[in-house]
Amino acid sequence: MTFFTYAALFLLAIRLRRAIKLSPITAKWNAPLYGIALATIGVAFLLDDLLPNAEIEGIVIALVLLGVVEFLKREPDFKRFHVLINAHYPLIAAVILSNIVALISIKFYKKYDDYFQAAQLAAFGWIFLRVATSKKQQSELKRISERKDELEILVAERTVEITKQRNELQETVKELQSTQAQLIQQEKLASLGELTAGIAHEIQNPLNFVNNFSEVSMELIEEMEEEMAKGDMEEATAIANDIKQNLEKIRHHGKRADGIVKGMLQHSRASSNVKEPTNLNTIADEYFRLAYHGLRAKDKSFNADLVTNFDPALPSINIVSQDVGRVLLNMFTNAFYAVHQKQKTIGGDFKPRVEVSTRTIKTPKGSEVEIVVKDNGSGIPDAIKDKIMQPFFTTKPAGEGTGLGLSLSYDIIVKAHKGHININSKEGEGSEFIITLPIA
Amino acid sequence: MKILVVDDEEDVQPLFLQRFRKEIKNHELEFDFAQSGEEALDYLKDKHSEVVLILSDINMPGMSGIELLTHIREDFPTPPPPVVMMITAYGDEENYKQAMDKGADDFLTKPLDFNLLKEKLKTL
Repeated sequence: MTFFTYAALFLLAIRLRRAIKLSPITAKWNAPLYGIALATIGVAFLLDDLLPNAEIEGIVIALVLLGVVEFLKREPDFKRFHVLINAHYPLIAAVILSNIVALISIKFYKKYDDYFQAAQLAAFGWIFLRVATSKKQQSELKRISERKDELEILVAERTVEITKQRNELQETVKELQSTQAQLIQQEKLASLGELTAGIAHEIQNPLNFVNNFSEVSMELIEEMEEEMAKGDMEEATAIANDIKQNLEKIRHHGKRADGIVKGMLQHSRASSNVKEPTNLNTIADEYFRLAYHGLRAKDKSFNADLVTNFDPALPSINIVSQDVGRVLLNMFTNAFYAVHQKQKTIGGDFKPRVEVSTRTIKTPKGSEVEIVVKDNGSGIPDAIKDKIMQPFFTTKPAGEGTGLGLSLSYDIIVKAHKGHININSKEGEGSEFIITLPIA
Repeated sequence: MKILVVDDEEDVQPLFLQRFRKEIKNHELEFDFAQSGEEALDYLKDKHSEVVLILSDINMPGMSGIELLTHIREDFPTPPPPVVMMITAYGDEENYKQAMDKGADDFLTKPLDFNLLKEKLKTL
């Protein structure tokens, strides 16, 4: 019966060797396993000669098998083959038990040797059964691992696709952001374009005065010299006074032009976002006239009543003046546009009128400055009232408005300055834009 | 000869007074001023018969120079009607045509050429 044990040991080595063929551990284990197989044959001859009887030989070879099994079980490389390796325990147990029994009482053994042999045979057969199971398991595992590989490839492909899409989206977001920045810049330039004519007019006036007053002063000096030659010092002094006043006027109008140019530069420049104490009356007045002359320059037939009700005691407030100026310009341009539209449609006796007022109001939260821009123009139809603050919404013909004016105004007043914009409007009767800014 | 100058810019007044200093001193010319179309009409109610020449800016808040011109031609047709010269910074065809259509006698552009104006006054 010892033959089965040798066979089991030999087959174990051979099977493992075949099973690991073409796997990463082949190089490491090919030779040792081959060695075990060959050694098994050697040991079979050796033990047969060396040991006194078959029982001892049986036990020894069973222990060798046990040693090999235990060794293989401890090798992580053979983890996959535990089913095969463990299948040898019944054989080892059966062989050792049978032989020990035979050693102790040969009579007893002989009496039941059929059972002992059957047990060993069954244990040997068990190994084959387990081998079959193991093979099946192995192929199952292989199938699963192949499927897993397929899935992993699929996942990798999807991941690449998703990453690509995400990158594309990020690109798009970046593009949109830069487009938005461009649009804001465009809106600024568009409003500057609207201002240009107004600015030209506003600068031309003081320049005319500068020229006229300097010319007349030159004439006056000649006259003064004549009077002095005549000895009429009284008249000469009067003329000198006039000249002095003229020089003051030249200075005044020079400064006026200077202020307009500075304001224009400030308007087109990117906002500094620095809040500085500002007198709203001053910038409201400046932009009110610029907006008016801007529209007038485009359409000479246009005329409107400009009414200002500025609270002289209005406190200075901390604002980014270019930004708030831009909002006011937008409000004025809209107001003039509205009255102009109405004038064009009804004409006749309609008196376009745009009014700007400022005042301080007390609220439970503290004081606020209120600016009201009121017109008697065409008004805002109810249907579009909740849309006018949306970006790109415009009622102007294509190419005339960016649709960003009120939306930017909202951002500037509400988001950046913690203020409010309220609108009262009745279609056909006019609109009122009320801006409030906190005094902080 | 009485001249009414209508302009919303206040500094036009000393300018005229100094430019025509000699003429005023010699009582050849007399100037009155209005800062708006409305003010000018008010003034003319009483003194239209005295005023020989009206120099009016076109671009003014409220009543424009053109509207003022229309009113003058409608309200004071009694001969001899005052001579009206329009002045504007926008010296374009459209403005000119509009002014002439409404009955202006002449059309001047800013900055005012006072020597030219003096020449024109001589022919009145």
